[in-house]
Amino acid sequence: MTTTTTSVLPVEARRDEAAPRREVPAWLKGSRRWLADAGTGWLLPFGLLAVWEAAARLDLLAETILPAPSAVLLAAWTLLLKGELLTHIGVSGARALAGFAVGGLIGFGLGLANGLSAASRTLTDTTLQMIRNVPHLALVPLVIIWFGIDEGAKLFLVALGVFFPIYVNTLLGILTVDPQLIEMGRAYGMSNTALFRRVLLPGALPSIFVGVRYGLGIMWLTLIVAETIAASSGLGYMAMQAREFLLVDIVVLAIIIYALLGKLADSVARALERRCLQWHPSFRSS
Amino acid sequence: MSENQQSRRGAALRLTGVGRDFGANTVLRGVDLQVAAGEFVAIIGRSGCGKSTLLRLLAGLDQPTRGRIALGTGEAAGSARIMFQEPRLLPWARVVENVEVGVSEAEAPATRRARALALLGEVGLADRAEEWPGVLSGGQRQRVALARALASRPELLLLDEPLGALDALTRIEMQRLLERIWQHQGFTAVLVTHDVSEALALADRVVLIDRGTIALDLRVDVPRPRRRDRPELGAMEEQILDRLFDGATTGPATAAA
Repeated sequence: MTTTTTSVLPVEARRDEAAPRREVPAWLKGSRRWLADAGTGWLLPFGLLAVWEAAARLDLLAETILPAPSAVLLAAWTLLLKGELLTHIGVSGARALAGFAVGGLIGFGLGLANGLSAASRTLTDTTLQMIRNVPHLALVPLVIIWFGIDEGAKLFLVALGVFFPIYVNTLLGILTVDPQLIEMGRAYGMSNTALFRRVLLPGALPSIFVGVRYGLGIMWLTLIVAETIAASSGLGYMAMQAREFLLVDIVVLAIIIYALLGKLADSVARALERRCLQWHPSFRSS
Repeated sequence: MSENQQSRRGAALRLTGVGRDFGANTVLRGVDLQVAAGEFVAIIGRSGCGKSTLLRLLAGLDQPTRGRIALGTGEAAGSARIMFQEPRLLPWARVVENVEVGVSEAEAPATRRARALALLGEVGLADRAEEWPGVLSGGQRQRVALARALASRPELLLLDEPLGALDALTRIEMQRLLERIWQHQGFTAVLVTHDVSEALALADRVVLIDRGTIALDLRVDVPRPRRRDRPELGAMEEQILDRLFDGATTGPATAAA
């Protein structure tokens, strides 16, 4: 299950890298490169926005079903002026990052421990694999009983959701480091610390990044669910409040902000990946 | 006995009754071998004869079931480095950092860098120091691996068919480089190969291993640099091949007995 996810992400990354290299006529090269750099990926969303706006203006879309993008933008501006929007984004962002940090660090730590020590793996891996097969969102009722609708509930759910992809991919990364390189390290007298720092960790890093990017996706998903079900602040709460009063523009705004935040998190992860994995053929720039 | 005797940097090697079993399977049985300091010995044999096992024992990557391996004089143990069949470079470290792996971690970073750069110069790759190993050719990667193996100034260099995967021309180039560096540094060298002509081009002595024990120990007293068309080398190649095929015909009968 997780192995599939593991292989999907790097392939996608590789395709993105390969695209600009295709043969292009000289006169097109400048504009093509600009498009590729500035993000050809943005063409489609902006095109869809234009169609949507036109449909709303032509009264093809009822305002109670889907308000025009301009109306959503206006709602965003109004909320921004009231200071509410930034507060909600800040609250949601802090929850997401805190949950990611807690779950990610525990996952990373356990992944390393179980990758490096067979004893630790025998002891904990079975248990972890069992828990992994429970969808973490199934715990929502239990979590509400435990934590109420406090910050603890959100932190717990996000951390639990982020934990597994990072744990599994860190473990996989350490276990799949080329044994010939490990043997070389030992034959060349590396201490355990040096072996970890120079061979095991860098060897596991591509896999760990796959886990991080996958974990970021789960982070937003979990947070949205948690905030929609039980919260008194944050983007999900803002959307649920708006639903009560049928303010469809604000509901749509919340969804769009989630999309943008998700994209932002993924971009940061990719930039880090590119920096740390310069040696990797898929990320080599020159 | 040969022209490398002026150097005292190599360590002598003495194997007495060395054996290695894997379960019920005896791979090496009673190997006795003495290698003088600074000598270049080639070990040849067919696949599965135990020659790589022997090299791993010498490198300390594996322990003998029986017998003793002594490196250096008396109690002072010498230092050994192994060069593998594959380059085994760290793909995430620059070329120069890969060579630094061979330098002791106790040294200061500046010293390690300087030593690594000097060795890269020696194998003719000084200008590639800041590259990733992934962009180098197979021959260049093996040269980086050689620089890494030599970076700690080993007294014994073990070579596990390091040229096996290279094309014919690169291979000859690497043999010459290896011979030149060996003559210059004077370490003791043990090369495992199944290429008889490579063994004869490089080694002072060719040791043939058959069914886990030494079947032939042949001194190659041909001055260096050796030309491949020398008649003595041809005669020795015949002798070794005869012994190898002789082993092949009597092999199964002996094994069954």
